[in-house]
Amino acid sequence: MLNCRDVTHLLSEGQDRRLSLAERVMLRAHLLVCRGCANFSRQMSFLRAASRRYGAGFGSDDELGR
Amino acid sequence: MSDAAGPFGPDAQFLVEIRRDMLRFANLQLRDDHLAEDVVQEAIAAALGAQQGFAGRSALKTWVFTILRNKIVDAIRQRSRTVGLGDAAPEDEDLDQAFDVLFKANGHWRPDERPADWGDPEATLHQKQFWAVFEACLEHLPASTARVFMMREFLELDTGEICRELRISASNCHVILHRARNGLRRCLERSWFAAGAASC
Repeated sequence: MLNCRDVTHLLSEGQDRRLSLAERVMLRAHLLVCRGCANFSRQMSFLRAASRRYGAGFGSDDELGR
Repeated sequence: MSDAAGPFGPDAQFLVEIRRDMLRFANLQLRDDHLAEDVVQEAIAAALGAQQGFAGRSALKTWVFTILRNKIVDAIRQRSRTVGLGDAAPEDEDLDQAFDVLFKANGHWRPDERPADWGDPEATLHQKQFWAVFEACLEHLPASTARVFMMREFLELDTGEICRELRISASNCHVILHRARNGLRRCLERSWFAAGAASC
């Protein structure tokens, strides 16, 4: 079984490569029962969204980029 | 908005603001004032040369930043032929230690270190002060760690290309990105989300 520390590595790698089916199944099972890791997962998505917006030039301006 | 008539329209103030944002963006990634100045200048020249019409400021800014990102990628490619990434810095080891203490011996979160619910991401991303914290947290990361993160997330290079440019292994690349994301996540949690900034 995966522990939370392993899950954080898989969640990060999931941003950079396609996870295997086995990895995805184990990950999903863990996220269903672990609120901390579910939050971590959403935080990774948030970092991606924030970075994309920043990279597009909308990181200083709350008026633009909506 | 329709106040950007031509490529840069009559709105000089807007050009000044864009240039300032571009410089900060380039400098964060290149950590070299002169080189940053050069790529911004090239990107502005290329954007002006294109003589393209824009529906508004937002479209214009997107276009100029697309050019800027490409110029930064070129600059990194040229530089990486002479400068490798180097070994992990002591600050990287500090980050790894700070990560390890989030967990109990069995690898599960310590209750008081469990990642928090950050609420509505869109609401956060529209707050101007958030971006100052975001930048401060990025600058707080060890330089080489931040560099890999920004190549991946700002310049949208894939990890294969990052490995080649910096001459590091794929597994090292994943380790560095995990370190960067967790460092950034922790910094944002402490400096923004736990600081009650969302209440204003």
